[in-house]
Amino acid sequence: MRFIPRLTPPKRLPSIWPLLIVLSIAPATASARIEAMEKRVAPCMACHGEQGRAAPDGYYPRIAGKPQGYLYNQLVNFRDGRRQQYPLMIYMVQHLSDDYLMEMARFFAEQDLPYPPPQPVPANAGVMERGRQLAVQGDAARRIPACVACHGAKLTGVAPSVPGVLGLPRDYLVAQFGAWRIGTRRAHAPDCMGQVAREMSAEDINAVSTWLAAQPLPAEPKAEGSFPAPLPLACGSVGQGGQPR
Amino acid sequence: MKRFLLALLTVAVLAIGLVLWLGLREDDSHPSTTPDVASAELVARGAYLARAGNCIGCHTARGGQPYAGGRAIQTPFGAIYASNITPDRETGIGAWSADDFWRALHNGKSRDGSLLYPAFPFPNYSRVTRADSDAIYAYLQSVPAVRQINRAPELDFPFNQRWLLVGWRALYFRPEVYQPQPAQSAEWNRGAYLVQGLGHCSACHTARNVFGAQRQELSGGIIPMVNWYATSLTGEHGAREWPLEDLIAFMGTGVSMQGSASGPMAEVVRDSLQHLQDDDLHAIAVYLKSLPPDEVTPSAEQPLPGPEHKAFLQRGARVYEKHCVDCHGADGRGEPPHFPPLAGNRSVLVPVPVNPIRLLVHGGYPPSTEGNPYPFGMPPFGNLLTDEEAAAVLSYIRNAWGNRASVVASPQINRLRPVMID
Repeated sequence: MRFIPRLTPPKRLPSIWPLLIVLSIAPATASARIEAMEKRVAPCMACHGEQGRAAPDGYYPRIAGKPQGYLYNQLVNFRDGRRQQYPLMIYMVQHLSDDYLMEMARFFAEQDLPYPPPQPVPANAGVMERGRQLAVQGDAARRIPACVACHGAKLTGVAPSVPGVLGLPRDYLVAQFGAWRIGTRRAHAPDCMGQVAREMSAEDINAVSTWLAAQPLPAEPKAEGSFPAPLPLACGSVGQGGQPR
Repeated sequence: MKRFLLALLTVAVLAIGLVLWLGLREDDSHPSTTPDVASAELVARGAYLARAGNCIGCHTARGGQPYAGGRAIQTPFGAIYASNITPDRETGIGAWSADDFWRALHNGKSRDGSLLYPAFPFPNYSRVTRADSDAIYAYLQSVPAVRQINRAPELDFPFNQRWLLVGWRALYFRPEVYQPQPAQSAEWNRGAYLVQGLGHCSACHTARNVFGAQRQELSGGIIPMVNWYATSLTGEHGAREWPLEDLIAFMGTGVSMQGSASGPMAEVVRDSLQHLQDDDLHAIAVYLKSLPPDEVTPSAEQPLPGPEHKAFLQRGARVYEKHCVDCHGADGRGEPPHFPPLAGNRSVLVPVPVNPIRLLVHGGYPPSTEGNPYPFGMPPFGNLLTDEEAAAVLSYIRNAWGNRASVVASPQINRLRPVMID
């Protein structure tokens, strides 16, 4: 009675393996890899909304369609103490294995949902222009790279580890910058985003968060497959999200 | 008069002498018989025993290096930080001999003779045999050395006065290796040895008095500071009432037909119990099932529901119908092992309802284990329910399908809303 049925394909292939290989050419989806995956991640949706579409209150962020490696890194960061912002997240994932967290990340990465239009953000033209500058050009004098240099030309992220930064509420973005600055949000070293956040002034953070929150998603909102140019900073999280360690 | 004073003085000196003797005595009647403390076989056995003792649980901080210490053990007297037990010579136990290690485990004293706080469960570990102590020592000397300086305890006065432990030890501690009971089977004795010794089950499952000493064996109680109720293993709905195979499944996989591991127990299953061999889990289950039932049932904090609670319980039933029935069923039987039954579930019925409140408000997952790698979880309902609704549904659950336990009041929900992460 020690073993609960695993609900995963057997590891050792039986003698009919040639047939199985032929049958398995059809790509397996996440829900087929582990039975009832949607029900297994139901606890996530209590806060992050149905299919991970974000909570109506605008704070619990959307997780649907974010790159799998990014989501996996965040789950591991919560479990292992690098992210200390949300005790409930630590609490939820603290007893779960790398393997399971990767499957949860896969489930939400595969959710393909339309984005709602951005919420109106009251801001003056000067703030919006400063935000646009930081996002598209950066501020070389202050060693702040442009958002697009890492998060993709369309700001929709680069798979597997860099998230898109559109479709998120301004308050959520501001809170993340704050957390990086005080060290309650960290990533695998070298923590490039922490470094960038510490270079930014409060005005910069307000400007770029406001501008990003006001942008509609492009017609093709999926993360891109590769970086257009070498990254301006070394990022420990890039490449960490491919496989469970 | 002079003779009276002299007599008084003599009694006082004798009393102090007795306390000092009781509090400082060591049992050095177990010399090592281990020929080679570095043999691969001994190290492997030590690794297994270290799992059984869950050394890693306290001696590793979240995200920290294994066995390097630093995790805070919160007690009502302040925080005590688990020490570095990697073989680093300066900051760990690399300079310790097998005798030093035995002294800590068996006699509760550090290498320099200073008294260890019983947050380190030496009253349990004292029951471990010398051979097993040597094996654990050999294993710990084989793990990667980590240089990490121990953090001093942060205890309130007078508990920060280590010498006062002399009195505590005189009252509550006697170094003693487990003595097998010849009237019982070898399996029963193995179970008793693991439960009383390395497993240190009583560290949580036995209530403590105001001095932090353990009371009635394994009859359950609030774990101070951690604020979970460690269920009674000997009382109603306790281990003695569970089928043997369900106890084994619970310990080995984190889920069972009777209930799932949550809170600190999920951690114990993750780090310790799931790694034990089936025969050891079987032995533990046999022993636990043999324990005599509780003589006293802990009094409930709140009254049992009366006719005046009828509307409140009906409201709870409506909340249950809306949010709970899909997984736990209209009959409260759930779909075990993945969705635990609520009828007769000991974690639901604990006298002080912290577990059901926290499970409802914060949700949570049982651990990923080899036998159950992708557990189903309980959603956190804290955002969806008001204090009043949460109190109503828990009161309903605690009094439906034959359940009988105190009603839950909304201030109790509110108090437990903040998530506590240790």
